[in-house]
Amino acid sequence: MQLKKRSREVAEVPQAGMADIAFLLLIFFLVVTTIDVDTGIGMQLPPPPDPDQEPPPIRERNLMNILVNAQGFILINEERASLPEVRQLVIDFVDNVNRAQDPNLSEDPRQAIVSIKTDRQTPYEIYIDMLDEVIGAYRQLRDEASMREFGIPYRQYQARVSREDNVIREMYPQNISLAEPDPGT
Amino acid sequence: MSKFQKKQAKTKQQVPTAAMPDIIFMLLIFFMVVTVLREVELQVRVDFTRADNIEKIEQKRLVSYVYIGPEILGGGRYGDTRVQIDDALVDDIYAIRRLMYDKLMEEPRLIVSLRVDQKSEMGIVSDVQEELREAGTLRINYSTLRGAEAPM
Repeated sequence: MQLKKRSREVAEVPQAGMADIAFLLLIFFLVVTTIDVDTGIGMQLPPPPDPDQEPPPIRERNLMNILVNAQGFILINEERASLPEVRQLVIDFVDNVNRAQDPNLSEDPRQAIVSIKTDRQTPYEIYIDMLDEVIGAYRQLRDEASMREFGIPYRQYQARVSREDNVIREMYPQNISLAEPDPGT
Repeated sequence: MSKFQKKQAKTKQQVPTAAMPDIIFMLLIFFMVVTVLREVELQVRVDFTRADNIEKIEQKRLVSYVYIGPEILGGGRYGDTRVQIDDALVDDIYAIRRLMYDKLMEEPRLIVSLRVDQKSEMGIVSDVQEELREAGTLRINYSTLRGAEAPM
């Protein structure tokens, strides 16, 4: 019987070049990586309208109409307002109970609705600027409430509790309604 | 001659290199994991607007993008405002409904990120929003950059 000859050589992968290969791969991935964080203004769209169902009645005082028209002018309840004014106007409107208690402004932050309407020709940039201010107003209100109740900024509070237990969020829900634009000229 | 002569270190100054491949491999694996290869070829121009009160999207896997902006014609020229989803321009705006509905079925917690060029008009944006409402993808996000508002 013939025996197979076994090779005495130890099979070994050369390791000296491994670091170089790793370096090359590393550099490739370094170059192609783009660590871009997605940031933006989050919104919740309303569900599609049900033709059989009438919209629920809303009292006039609980509704704030913001219109951004084709020229980029901001009209709040039919009155001209400049962009930096929007934030304070929204705060006054939403948090009316704890502030001026104006009978023409909202009864309660939970019932206050900010309705945003645009024209078809409204520049997107101005719409976002305005939305930014409205969100900023809510953020400021939540921050104040959080500082008052818990002594920490809202962001910290939000990280600490779950979405369901968030009482500040319940106090100041962001009721922003996006109305369909008028068919412009 | 000074009395306090500096003592010379006796040990050899050498960085140990034995663990270097391991470190490199760790870095390599990190970058491999975080890398997202460019997913789409943009056919429309999207210059983001800026805003201050923005939030981060934590779960990138849930996000689907809709691009709205002037079509890139090449040679620095731009055409009409168009909508792009994934890799293709959308010709019929009513097709968005079905497209988005299919995506929603795959991922029920879908977030639609609207990447709109800052020079666009609201008309097309709200048309897209109407379609999204019909499709049932109600969570949206207006993509913006952080920063001071651009001068008017």
